[in-house]
Amino acid sequence: METYLFYILATVTVIGTILAITEKHPVHAIVYLVTSFFSLASIFFLLSAPLIAMFEVIIYAGAVMVLFMFVIMMLDLGRADEAKRPPLRQWFLPVILGGIILVSIGVLAAGYVTTPHAPGAITVRDFAVTLFRKYGVAVEIISMQLLFAVVGALYLGRRRP
Amino acid sequence: MMYDTIDIALLLAKIALVFFVILTLAAYLVFAERKVLAWIQDRKGPNRVGPFGLLQPLADLIKLLTKEDFRPIGADKWLFYLAPAMAAIPAIMIFAVIPFGAPLTLFGHTVLLQVSDLNVGLLLFMALSSIAVYGVALGGWASNSKYALLGSIRGLAQLISYELSMGLSLVPVVMLARSFRLSDIVNAQSGCWFIVYQPLAFVIFLISIAAECKRIPFELPEAEGELVAGFHTEYSGMRFGLFFVGEYINIIVLGGLAATFFLGGWHGPFLPPVVWFSAKVLAFAFLFIWMRGTLPRLRYDQLMHFGWKILTPLALVNIVVTGWWLVLRG
Repeated sequence: METYLFYILATVTVIGTILAITEKHPVHAIVYLVTSFFSLASIFFLLSAPLIAMFEVIIYAGAVMVLFMFVIMMLDLGRADEAKRPPLRQWFLPVILGGIILVSIGVLAAGYVTTPHAPGAITVRDFAVTLFRKYGVAVEIISMQLLFAVVGALYLGRRRP
Repeated sequence: MMYDTIDIALLLAKIALVFFVILTLAAYLVFAERKVLAWIQDRKGPNRVGPFGLLQPLADLIKLLTKEDFRPIGADKWLFYLAPAMAAIPAIMIFAVIPFGAPLTLFGHTVLLQVSDLNVGLLLFMALSSIAVYGVALGGWASNSKYALLGSIRGLAQLISYELSMGLSLVPVVMLARSFRLSDIVNAQSGCWFIVYQPLAFVIFLISIAAECKRIPFELPEAEGELVAGFHTEYSGMRFGLFFVGEYINIIVLGGLAATFFLGGWHGPFLPPVVWFSAKVLAFAFLFIWMRGTLPRLRYDQLMHFGWKILTPLALVNIVVTGWWLVLRG
């Protein structure tokens, strides 16, 4: 049952992501990407990681994509015909980086041994303890970085005399 | 995972029950709103269809179903058709995690009066309520009409502002209950309701959910006076009906959540738990109708300022104070 569900959700995720990339209309691309995030969250849920599943929806589908949509609607960027293929020069670096990632995935997949599934779901408590005890310093540094971004945005958006 | 046949049957029964009760309640909430508003404004309200006008929701339904369903020229076909469902479905899905009564024992099975007792129930509510805005946003955008688009943009901006204060006002609740599971939050309030410890969080949450379900004083996405009907200007028939009913489902669900987080859920003396829960939900619904009958609408910039400069900082201070209080109490 869960295996079938996984394959259905995985198909939706992959197709949704591909369509989000190939779609020329930005609003449609966002709808496809949100669909993909949603089914990815369901996959996380199947893998007994409900917390990650919820974060995926709240942060990516709920917050980031809503913000994207807000900007697209506000600035009226939804013109499909303006989307042009980038020049060949700009393709160079992404292709190299993508190649590196693909090769690494290939190497990892070749040496992959199936390990028995971790027993039970990871509780919210375990997650919190790991995040704030073990990686507490890193969390603080990242939150400082977000604070810098907020201060920067405030500076950029300040009312000029 | 293995499930018993009885468990699956019970689950399906619960889902059917929740759907039936909520949809009926939403239809009658529309009726109740018209009646209460009429009462506030010294009118009679709908009183022609059936005794006391009680069959009015049925008449409305027939009217909506038989109306012509049209699509404006230049509208985005699929998104225009899908948007009303995107607005209504997440609202009703949230009810899956709300416990609406004490666990029962039937035929030796313990039956939770809750569709799914998820350990991340509170986060599921946050997730689905942030998804629900796509219905409003895409509906207005796909209509290809400037009033609808303006309504959608307002809806998005409002959601971004109020989601934050709503989430932050719930952090103290989680700190007190030490769980995201809604049944744990309800059980933690068996002695004393959280509204006693967290009056400020309750007020912030109440204001945020009023903005979340787009009610006066926060109904800027619709704002009849300035935007015709806001994001659903171009909708007719049952598609408009879905937006409309979705709004009332939202009132019921958010009222239920407010009762669960701050008013002890189904806890209460003398009366059966289900009755207590329904009474709290209806009290919230009445409060929202009352607000609509008495308050004026905020201006757009006032709403944003209020959300970002007052509610969010207050909620943050409240979290810090609650943290200190919990540490000092030991």
